[in-house]
Amino acid sequence: MIEAQALSKRYGDKTAVDGVTFAVKPGVVTGFLGPNGAGKSTTIRMIMGLDAPTSGSVTVNGKAYARHPAPISEVGALLEAKAVHTGRSAYHHLLALALTTGIGRKRVEEVLDLVGLTEAAHRRVGGFSLGMGQRLGVAAALLGDPATLVLDEPVNGLDPQGILWIRTLLRRLAAEGRTVFVSSHLMSEMALTADHLVVIGRGRVIADTSVSEFIDRASARVVRVRTPQAAELRARLTGPGIDVTSVEPDLLEVHGLDSASVGLVACRAAIPLEELAPVQASLEEAFMELTDDALEYRVHETEQRAS
Amino acid sequence: MTTDLKVTPARVVRSEWLKFRSLQSSPIAAVGAVVGMVALGWMVSAITADRWPQMTAQNRANFDPADTSIRGYVLVQLVLGVLGVLTVSGEYGTGMIRSTFSAVPTRLPVVWAKAAVFAVVAFVVGEFSSFAAFLGGQAFLSSQHIEASLSDPGVFRAVFGVGLYMTGVGLIGVALGWLIRHTAGAIATLVGLLLIVPGLAGALPENWANHVVPYLPSIAGQALVNLRPEPFMLAPWTGFAWFCGEVVLALAAAAIVVKRRDA
Repeated sequence: MIEAQALSKRYGDKTAVDGVTFAVKPGVVTGFLGPNGAGKSTTIRMIMGLDAPTSGSVTVNGKAYARHPAPISEVGALLEAKAVHTGRSAYHHLLALALTTGIGRKRVEEVLDLVGLTEAAHRRVGGFSLGMGQRLGVAAALLGDPATLVLDEPVNGLDPQGILWIRTLLRRLAAEGRTVFVSSHLMSEMALTADHLVVIGRGRVIADTSVSEFIDRASARVVRVRTPQAAELRARLTGPGIDVTSVEPDLLEVHGLDSASVGLVACRAAIPLEELAPVQASLEEAFMELTDDALEYRVHETEQRAS
Repeated sequence: MTTDLKVTPARVVRSEWLKFRSLQSSPIAAVGAVVGMVALGWMVSAITADRWPQMTAQNRANFDPADTSIRGYVLVQLVLGVLGVLTVSGEYGTGMIRSTFSAVPTRLPVVWAKAAVFAVVAFVVGEFSSFAAFLGGQAFLSSQHIEASLSDPGVFRAVFGVGLYMTGVGLIGVALGWLIRHTAGAIATLVGLLLIVPGLAGALPENWANHVVPYLPSIAGQALVNLRPEPFMLAPWTGFAWFCGEVVLALAAAAIVVKRRDA
């Protein structure tokens, strides 16, 4: 369980994280979604006690991370970029972390095997590909067999096979009852991996919801209807909140009504339909729509300040 | 399970020792320090012994056999100082520090463990190279019967003192690594502090310089090593005590900064 309470971080004039409140629950994969520069990595660094919050607080299992006596057995983290000395081998890197808390060599070999780095274990990390570096980061996160995992952009640099591997691993870890918090700027990836989403834009939480709700909420209901009598149908589709645009002479997009209602209107007026289909926004589109709002809000706010 | 997986100072020391050993740069620098110290000491001693019959009385009067063989520390101190810088700045440069502080989020155990591990390494390397340089150097000088013995007044103190002084320099390097975080900047500061500042301070008016120069880290520390002290220098152990105080101060400053700053 990770809980952030009105968490903020300012660097000089710039506010990277702005009063963020959310809870990450065990047993599901929670995606931490936002465009680059939205404050994801800063939030994760504050969870891990690497950056001190300007105000607010964040706890892991009820305590600030630094107050846990056995930190890496409490939370395993894959940090952004390679947080590894390039001159050391993967094995020695993991062993150095393991020794701080009395974890043995056997566990180091286990996690190396788990991420498929056994062969490369004694090579210098400097020669690793980005994907191998990510695998090493995952191995470090799993080292203490922690109940909570925080992973910053774990699929970065992985090949399709590696992405599938991460996806399966994260779902398995969540199914074991662990708290899994994964950041990404890739909406499509989160749609496949996450159950729950915390969406962040410009340092603020703009959604904290399940993946399906997120899509429903963010996508306006849109129905596509093709008919030779487009003008006639259009004249009948009126009412509060209903908006019709014509895409082609015989193709309309109806906002604010579901397909059943559009079909009924057409039937009553005896207008033949050639095509009637609800358009579901993808997670990608839903995300763009939400972050667009955050962006507009920001622009508006600065304009007000200027005037 | 979590109770026996606590982070303890001893465990952090073990981790830091592994970190030190598992980098190629560490043994290279350690061997480099020994080779440098021994090569300089033996070479200068051998050359002196060779020239002794032709040397003037004045040159002979200025000659000190022990000092001749251990003089190399003036250069070799930089090898240990730079290695001290690297044990810390290498972690900042590569991002390793974030892994380190994730494993030990209270941070201070890392500062103390790095200092402890490096102090032991620098002490062993410093003493070994100093005694090797001295003993080998005296063997060359004995051909002219001008050698010194460890039982001569001040000689043991000076030879042993080289190891102590170089340990202190290494620790200043470690502290500068924490404070400055960038390898180049920390090394430049170290060289400036040890070699350039004393020279500049010497340019001060004499009555000022006498109140400043003896207390500068390298001058105070070298009081222990110097067999022919300048009149303004502190007494050997007084100077070394000042030097130790300055090392402790540097490490304390490092600890405060590390605790406060974002990693």
